[in-house]
Amino acid sequence: MAARFESAADVKDALKTVSYLADDAISGVVHLADRLEKPILVEGPAGTGKTELAKAVAAVTGSRLIRLQCYEGLDESKALYEWNYKKQLLRIQAERNAEGEGATWSELEEDIFSESFLLSRPLLEAIRATDPVVLLIDEVDRLEIETEALLLEVLSDYQVSIPELGTVAAEQVPLVLLTSNNMRELSEALKRRCLFLHIDYPQMEREKEIVLTRVPDISEHLADQVVRIVRSIRQLELKKHPSVSETLDWARTLLLLGIDDVDAETAKSTLNILLKYQSDIQRAAKELTVNDPLKAR
Amino acid sequence: MAATRSLLDVLNGFVIELRNAGLPVSLTEHIDAMEALRVVDLADRESLKYALAATMVKSHSHWRPFETVFEVYFSALGGDASLDPGDVGPVVEDDLDGLLQQLQGGQPEGAGSLEGLTAEELAEMLYKAMLDGDDAVTKALAKQAVTRFSGMEPGRPVGGTYYLYRTLRHLDLEGMLRRLLEQAEDDADGGLTDLERRLALDEFESRMDRLRKEIEAEIRRRLVADRGPQAMAKTLRKPLPEDIDFMHASKEEMAQLRKALFPLTRKLAVRLARKRRHGRKGPLDFRSTVRHSLSYGGVPAEPKFRYPRPTKPEIFVVADISGSVAAFARFTLMLVHAIAGQFSKVRSFVFIDGIDEVTRFFDGVDDVASAIHRVNTEADVIWVDGHSDYGHAFETFWKRWGSDIGPKTTVILLGDARNNYHAAGSWVVKEIRAKARHVYWLNPEPKSYWDTGDSIVGEYANHCDGVFECRNLRQLERFVDVLQ
Repeated sequence: MAARFESAADVKDALKTVSYLADDAISGVVHLADRLEKPILVEGPAGTGKTELAKAVAAVTGSRLIRLQCYEGLDESKALYEWNYKKQLLRIQAERNAEGEGATWSELEEDIFSESFLLSRPLLEAIRATDPVVLLIDEVDRLEIETEALLLEVLSDYQVSIPELGTVAAEQVPLVLLTSNNMRELSEALKRRCLFLHIDYPQMEREKEIVLTRVPDISEHLADQVVRIVRSIRQLELKKHPSVSETLDWARTLLLLGIDDVDAETAKSTLNILLKYQSDIQRAAKELTVNDPLKAR
Repeated sequence: MAATRSLLDVLNGFVIELRNAGLPVSLTEHIDAMEALRVVDLADRESLKYALAATMVKSHSHWRPFETVFEVYFSALGGDASLDPGDVGPVVEDDLDGLLQQLQGGQPEGAGSLEGLTAEELAEMLYKAMLDGDDAVTKALAKQAVTRFSGMEPGRPVGGTYYLYRTLRHLDLEGMLRRLLEQAEDDADGGLTDLERRLALDEFESRMDRLRKEIEAEIRRRLVADRGPQAMAKTLRKPLPEDIDFMHASKEEMAQLRKALFPLTRKLAVRLARKRRHGRKGPLDFRSTVRHSLSYGGVPAEPKFRYPRPTKPEIFVVADISGSVAAFARFTLMLVHAIAGQFSKVRSFVFIDGIDEVTRFFDGVDDVASAIHRVNTEADVIWVDGHSDYGHAFETFWKRWGSDIGPKTTVILLGDARNNYHAAGSWVVKEIRAKARHVYWLNPEPKSYWDTGDSIVGEYANHCDGVFECRNLRQLERFVDVLQ
């Protein structure tokens, strides 16, 4: 099938049109995934734009985004497919009522296990789609290790085997993204089938660009201050570092409050937007306002 | 065809190097990497790196070792990728000239004039580059600094860190940092506020960090040119974070370990919680079974079970925190307290020759690192001379807290059992075992050292349910699984 992107640079430019600023690693891997027809496993701290990447890719390729949110206890009938047994029952009953020249059992069986009685769940839907789709399997690390195996056939061969129907192969290879917060180690089998992409907190320059694109009307000066403070906070030993989405929230808040210049007081009073643990907030407030930082370490 | 062939060989060699460095690269991943090389632009070094990483490195903690191997391996090969270290580009040379002229009062000397500088002038230029944050100039100056200060001689069997140390010593980055800060202070109207000062410091430090990395890379390039990639890859091989030995970790490795610890605790907590939930079914729930039998016309076709509530174990950690094993004890304490939610109670004790309970430092504090710091500074663990005395520590433990041990308690003893030839006091361990659910011993020493010299771990082992060698995170992680 035709490639979606010409080159890594092309990916980057395209993503930029939907306000997603990709770095070299991200654009490189997306390009590679497109060419090699392999899924991407995106890993990284929460709030660094993993899910956003899938949405952006779907937007620029003009594809439909099919999303499977993973959780503990997710099973086949919610991820792959399910037989619509109520409809099947109705069908059988209708047959019985139609007296006399009813179909034989084998005919009936063939009938009720046909596609019209099949309920597609996200994975099967992505496989059967005839229009271009991007499949997002979100937070795959929440699955139990046994359930992970459900994904393997889809990921490696782009097909789903249904015992009663046979194998449904993909009409066209969807672009698949899996995200993980690294809550547990994923199985080797799953990792082997994917390209691996780690999205970390962005470099300061890139984060500044992100703030400038995502928060319209923000002044260059304020954006610069915001990302510099965030970088300093990320260097502290905290329970949870501020994510990109929290940086954006903070920038928006400062803008709303009509602040053009962040001083220590404003920073302290709005830290709770960046940090979510009381101990982190206290520590950051203290560390940021040490009189002589060089001596303090 | 010949080109493909050689590319295949290059990749093959690279994969072997990765495996030597401890990265698990499977055959399929190797093939994927080959496929990837066909679609990326080989002349673009960065995209080559990302393509190889995406196909072969499947864990973030393996990224740094991968990067090192990549740098070493592909810096020597040249050819496909543009790797000429001397290539700074014309723009930068203009910049440099400009800078030079400023410095030397406007005498244009041409491009090669970096060599003609005195050490002071070089330092001054570097200072300016740091102040302006000019990456390209920094790079050129780093190169020059290495040429001048590292004292590299071909064929000399010295590690890269030695050269790095020598170069940095000449540059006096500490002093430069102070000067930069003062300069920033002067530039601002009415001085900097505390916050601004902090931000300026972080900015300068990140620039210095870049300089340091640049110097390191330059040294590496030269060493590779001198000794060849295979030899270099071997000397640069560093253990993966999960394989770092607690007892011989450098300062940098310690920082890596600490970073690796937090995700590990999260994973362990999830794993322990799941295991408990899915471990087994509870006893038959009669009421529920009867209620559900109604939908089968009174036949109890579907037995229902009570929600299982296995008891959470109670953990006592008794840790030797004397010199050599201190790092290990700290780690284990951090780990156990970080997953304290998975146990009904965690109490910790530390000893050298005296013993003290340190649970209070962890209570109600969600910052484990600072609690550990207090353990190190405030716990009362010295009895006589501050040399490990397991016998006395254990006896005191038994006398003061022995009665708290019950059938739900799991006792974990940490230490190398190097007892300085004091009395062993192993009867205490025997008594503990009689009362407790389990007694485990974790030893940070390699197994081959056990029971050599003054180590008497074998004597204690007789009374333990298990003795585990626990030298790195991987082994520690494996042990925590046993705890259920």
